[in-house]
Amino acid sequence: MKTTRRQFIKVSTMGAGSLAVGASIGKWTRASGLLGELTAGTSTPTRTPTYCEVCFWQCAGWVYKDEKGEIQKIVGNDDDPHCNGRFCPRGTGGVGQYTDGDRLKTPMIRTKVDGVDSFREVDWDEALDYIASKLKDISSRYGPECVALFTHGSGGAHFGHMLKAFGSQAVTAPSFAQCRGPREVGFLTTFGDIIYSPERTDIRDTRCLVLIGSHLGENMHNGQVQEMSDAIDKGASIITVDPRFSTVAGKSKFWLPIKPGTDMALLLAWMNVLIENGWYDKDYITRYAHGFDQLKEHVKKYTPEWAFGITTLAPDLIRKTAKEMFNASPAVIIHPGRHVTWYGDDTQRLRAVAILNALLGSWGRRGGFYQPEKAKVPDFPVPPFPTPKHQPTEAYKGKYNLANEVVSNGICDATIPTPDQNCSYKVWFVNGTNLLAALPDQEQTIKALEALELLVVIDTMPVEITGYADVILPECTYLERYDMLRKSGHREPNIAIRVPAAQPKYNTKPADWIAKNLAEKLGLGAWFPWKNMEELLDWQLNQVGSSLEEMKRIGVKKFPRQHDDLYFAPGEDIAFNTNTGKIELYSTDMEAEGFDPLPVYTAHEEPAEGFYRLIYGRAPMHTFSRTANNPNLTDLMDENTLWVNPKVAKLWDLKAGQYVKLKNQDGKVSTFSIKVRVTERIRWDSVYMVHGFGHNNKKLSRAHGRGINDTELVTNVKIDPVMGGTGMRGNFVTFITDFETTGKEAES
Amino acid sequence: MREELIISGRMNRLVDPVLNIWHWHIPLYLFLGGLAAGILFFAALVTIQGKADKYPTAAKLAPFLTPFLLALGLLALFLDLNHKLFFWRLYTTIRLESPMSWGAWTLMVVMPLSLIWCALNIREIFPRWDWKYPILFKTEAFFKNNLLTISWIMLVFSLILGVYTGILFSAFNARPLWNTSILGPLFLTSGLSTGAAAIVLMSKQQTERNYFARIDLMLIGIEIFLIIHMFMGFLASTQVHIEAAQLFLGGPYTTVFWMFVFSFGLVVPAILEILELRGFHMPHWLAPSLVLFGGIMLRFIMAYAGQASRWLY
Amino acid sequence: MRYAMAVDTKKCVGCSDCVVACQTENKVPIGYCRDWIVEVTDGTYPQLEIEIRSERCNHCDNSPCVRCCPTGASHYADGGVVLVTHEACIGCGACIASCPYDARYPHPDGYVDKCTFCLENRVQKGLNPACVSVCPTKCLYFGDLDDPNSPVSLVLKKRKWKTLIPEAGTDPQLYFLV
Repeated sequence: MKTTRRQFIKVSTMGAGSLAVGASIGKWTRASGLLGELTAGTSTPTRTPTYCEVCFWQCAGWVYKDEKGEIQKIVGNDDDPHCNGRFCPRGTGGVGQYTDGDRLKTPMIRTKVDGVDSFREVDWDEALDYIASKLKDISSRYGPECVALFTHGSGGAHFGHMLKAFGSQAVTAPSFAQCRGPREVGFLTTFGDIIYSPERTDIRDTRCLVLIGSHLGENMHNGQVQEMSDAIDKGASIITVDPRFSTVAGKSKFWLPIKPGTDMALLLAWMNVLIENGWYDKDYITRYAHGFDQLKEHVKKYTPEWAFGITTLAPDLIRKTAKEMFNASPAVIIHPGRHVTWYGDDTQRLRAVAILNALLGSWGRRGGFYQPEKAKVPDFPVPPFPTPKHQPTEAYKGKYNLANEVVSNGICDATIPTPDQNCSYKVWFVNGTNLLAALPDQEQTIKALEALELLVVIDTMPVEITGYADVILPECTYLERYDMLRKSGHREPNIAIRVPAAQPKYNTKPADWIAKNLAEKLGLGAWFPWKNMEELLDWQLNQVGSSLEEMKRIGVKKFPRQHDDLYFAPGEDIAFNTNTGKIELYSTDMEAEGFDPLPVYTAHEEPAEGFYRLIYGRAPMHTFSRTANNPNLTDLMDENTLWVNPKVAKLWDLKAGQYVKLKNQDGKVSTFSIKVRVTERIRWDSVYMVHGFGHNNKKLSRAHGRGINDTELVTNVKIDPVMGGTGMRGNFVTFITDFETTGKEAES
Repeated sequence: MREELIISGRMNRLVDPVLNIWHWHIPLYLFLGGLAAGILFFAALVTIQGKADKYPTAAKLAPFLTPFLLALGLLALFLDLNHKLFFWRLYTTIRLESPMSWGAWTLMVVMPLSLIWCALNIREIFPRWDWKYPILFKTEAFFKNNLLTISWIMLVFSLILGVYTGILFSAFNARPLWNTSILGPLFLTSGLSTGAAAIVLMSKQQTERNYFARIDLMLIGIEIFLIIHMFMGFLASTQVHIEAAQLFLGGPYTTVFWMFVFSFGLVVPAILEILELRGFHMPHWLAPSLVLFGGIMLRFIMAYAGQASRWLY
Repeated sequence: MRYAMAVDTKKCVGCSDCVVACQTENKVPIGYCRDWIVEVTDGTYPQLEIEIRSERCNHCDNSPCVRCCPTGASHYADGGVVLVTHEACIGCGACIASCPYDARYPHPDGYVDKCTFCLENRVQKGLNPACVSVCPTKCLYFGDLDDPNSPVSLVLKKRKWKTLIPEAGTDPQLYFLV
C-alpha cells in the first residue's frame, strides 16, 4: 500500500465521478466568490493593511483596490522599519499570488480510481473529518509525537499551535538547517546571541560592508538592500567575496574573486593580518573577549601568502582589504549572510566571521550589529499544552546539540524507518514550503514521504509536494486573510497587522480557520477559545494599548524601546550569554561538544575534469520556488539561465541562448533543460543558476518545465556535524547538449 | 567581452526582440503609392507637353489603374492601424512635421485628382459611357477647359506623393538605415520607374513603348546612382549608419537586396531594355515586369531591414 | 517647468521593482512594460565593470514621436512630459518606429502606450511616479529641472551624468548618474 499510495499525481482529477463532484463544487464556489466580490466592492475602505508573505522579510504595506473593487496594487507602509514605505519587486508583484488562476481551489483527497492514484475534490468538512479520523487512529498507535509540521511563513503559527495542542512539538522550518542555521549557531557560540530575521546588521550607518558570498541586491532582503543603498550614498566601502561577479560586486570597492570553497582560508588570513598588525579593537577585546591569546597563536600560520595558494587571492589584496575593514571599525560588518549551508563546516566558517567581527569590535556598535528589541504582546490565554513523551530533538539524539532550532532534515531522516530508529514520524503537515525544492537530496525526501501514513499539504499553489499529499488543503493567500501579528525585533519595537483585502477566492480558507476547525474536530477546541481572528487580535492589541480598529487604520505601530541598549555604551560592562560570559573567540561550547574550539581550514571537494561547481543563488524578482508561477513576477523572469564563463562555453561549443541539460557527479540528470547565458560574470570552474525554477507540475502553467531545479542536482549533501545543516555546494555538473526536448526549449 | 541584457524580461509585442511594428501593409502601401504617382506624373507630363494623343496609354488608359492602386494602398494602410476606429483622426488635423499626416492629406488630394482624370477620359475609353445628368456634363466640360491647370496640379502632387513614400521612412532617425535623405529621391525615382514600366506593359504601340522604355532606362540609371550614393553616404557616416549599411553588405539582407532589387529589379531589365531598343526581339512584358518586381522588393526590404537597424547604447 | 528623472546606476541593483510597480499602478497588461532594466557588463574575468540602468521613455525635449504623430495624439503635456491621447491615436506605429529608445509599444487595446511619468495619476497629485516611490535603493530621482531645489536638480548638480544616445538629437530628459 505504501509505495503506490505515494505515487506522484500529475493530473488533477480523474474519473467521471470525481469530475462531477468537482464541477458542482466549482459552480457553488464561483457563485459565492462573486457575492464576496460584490459586497467587498461596496463596503471596503480604500486601503487595507497587510504584511507581505512573498518572503520572510514580511514588509508591512497597504493593499489598494481599483474602482471596480479589484485588488490593484500593494505599496509599502511608510512607518514600517522593514520596508520604509518601499516594497521590493516581489512584494509589489504579490498581487499575482492572488490573481494566479493556477491556485489550489478546493480540498482534495487521494483516492484510487481503477488502480491509479488520483485526487478527488471534496468539501472542507469531509477533508477535515478525514484528517481528524486518520490523526486519531495514527496517534492511538504511535502517540501524538509522531506528527510533524514543516512550515515556512505565517501559517506556521496556526498549525504549530494546533500541533502543540495535539501533543507534538515537532515544528520545523527549512529556514534553519537548509539556510541560516550555521550563522545562528556560529554567532550564538561566540556572542551568546543570534542574528535574527530581519538581520540586526546596522548597514545604514556602516562604513565598510563585507559580504562573503552574500549577494545583497539579488537577494532582495528589503531593509538590508535599502540600507546598503543608503550606505553607498554615505560613501561606505563594500568588499565582496564571491567567485561570481554579483550585482553587489559591481558596486564594491574590492571584489575578491575567490576560488569557491576556500572562504575559510581567507577569513583566517584576515584574522592573521588584523592580529599581526595590531589592527583590532584592543580595548574591546580585553574587556569582552575570551581566548584571544589562543586565537593569536592559532592564526599565526595562516598568512596571506598561505591563503593565496588556496584562495587564488593576492596577499596584497588580502592585506589591503583587512586594512580597509580596520579603518572603518567599529562601523564595519562582516556580514553573516543568510543561506550559509555550503560545505558542511559552515558553523565553523560563521564562527570565523563572528570572530572577525569581534576583533573589529563591531558587535554592539553603531554601523556594526545593533541589539534588536521586540514588542511584547501577550498570547491569548489557553490551557497549557500537553507535554510530549519525547521531544523532536530525539529524532537525532546525540547529534546537533548546539542546534537552537529543530533540524528539518533530522525529522525527514527520522521518518524513514531504520532498524535503530525508534522515533519515526508517521504524519507530516507541510505548509507553505515545497520540500522537494527546499530539502536537498530529493531521493531521501521522497523515501520519507513514502514512509508516511498521512501527508497533509496546505498551500496556495499546486507545487510538487502537493503531488505526494494524501490531503491537499487550499489555503487562501495572505491578501485574503488575517494572521497573527508580526512582531519581529528591530531598532524600534513594532507590530504590524494583516487584514484581508478581499474574500478568499475559490473554495480556499485562511490558515487560522483550517487550524481551528481541524482542532475542533480533534476535540482540541479548548486551545482555540476565540471566536475568530478579529476577536483574538483585538484582545491581544488591547493588552498593548491598541485595538483592531486602530491597527486597521495605521497598519504598523511602533513602541518605545524598554531598554536603552541599541549599542553598547562606551566602556560598558556586558555579560554575554556564553559559558564564560564573554565573547568566546575560543568557544567552550564547541570544545565541550568535541569540535574545534577555534576554526580551522578544511579543503573541500573539487570538480573532476569536465565538471563545474554548481553554484545557485537568488534573483530579486523571485522567492525560492514559491513565486515561479506568479503572473506578475514570471513576466519579469520566467526561467533561470545557466551562467557559463566564455572560456567554458568555447570549450564545450555552447552558444548563448542554447538549451542544455545538466548531469551531476552522481549521474543524476536534470529533468528539464536550461538556457545558457555566456557571461564573464562567473568563474571558469563554476556554473551558476538562480534557485527555484524547473517546476515539474503541469498545473503550474507558467512555471512547468521552465529552467532547472538546482535542488534535484544536489545529491551530495555535506552535513554540518555541529547543527545538522545540509551543505549543498559540493555538487558538480557537466553539460548534456543532446537530449529530447521537454521544457522551455521545446517552445523556442 | 561586452554583454548587454534587458534583465527585466521586457518582451513588448511587435517591439521586442527586434522592432516589427510594420509588416507587409506599409511597404505595399508605399509601392502602390509610388506606382500611382509615377503613372499620374507621366499622364500629366504628356498632357502638358501636348502629346496626349501620341501617348494615349500614358495619358488616358494607365491612369484608370490609379484610383484602384490608391484605394488598395489606403486599404493596406488602414489594415495596418491598431486603433482602426479612430482612423478619421488623421483628417482632423494637419501636422506638417509628420510624414504620415502629409501622406494622408496628399492622398486626400491625389485620390480625387485621379478620379477626375479618369472621368475626363472615360468617354474615350468607353465610347458608350453616358453621364446622364446635365450637371455632370457641365462639370466635365469645366475640367476639360482647365485641363492644363489640372495637369500641373497633378504633376506637382504626384511628385509630392512619390517623394512622400520615401520620406515616410527617412524621417525616422531612430532607424539609421531609413535616416537618409536619399530615400525620398530614390523612392520617387523608383515610383516613376515602375509607373513607366506599367505604361510599357499596357501600351500596344511600339513608339509609345520605346519612348517609355527609354525614360525607364534613364530612371533605372538614376536609381542605381542613388543606391550607390546611399551606401557611400552610410559608409562615410557614423557607426550606426555603417552598421545599417552592413545589413546589405554581408549582413542578413545582402542576398535578397543585391539579387532581387539590384540585379533582377534594375540591372537585368536595363540590359533587356537596351537590347530591345537596339532591335533585339524580346518578350516586351519581361523588362517592365521585372522593374515592377524590383520596385516592390525594394520597399519590402527597406521596410524590414530598416526596422532591424537601430542605435546602439 | 521641466520634469525629468535621474537614475543612479551606482545604486540600482536591477531588481525590476520599478517595472512591477508601474505595471500595477498603471494597469499595464501582463506581457507588456513601460519601463525596463538594462544591464551592461564590460571586461574579462576578473576585471569587470557593470552598469545597471532603469530605463523608460526619455520624455525628450525634441521628441521624434511627437513630431511624426499624424494626429497630434502624441503631445507635450505639463512640464514637457510626452503623453499619448488614447482617443486620438490611430495606432499607425509611426511613433514606435521613430523612438530610438524603443520606449513605446502598441497596447492590446489599439492605442500606443508608454511611460507617462505618472503625470496625471500621481505627479499632479503631489506624488512621485510609481517607480520612484517604490525603488528600494532610492536610485530614482524625479522633479522639476527649473526648480533648483528639486531632487533631480540637486543630484544632477552634485554628480556626473550622461544621457542615452544624445547624438540622436532627441534631447532626452532621463539622466543616468555614473
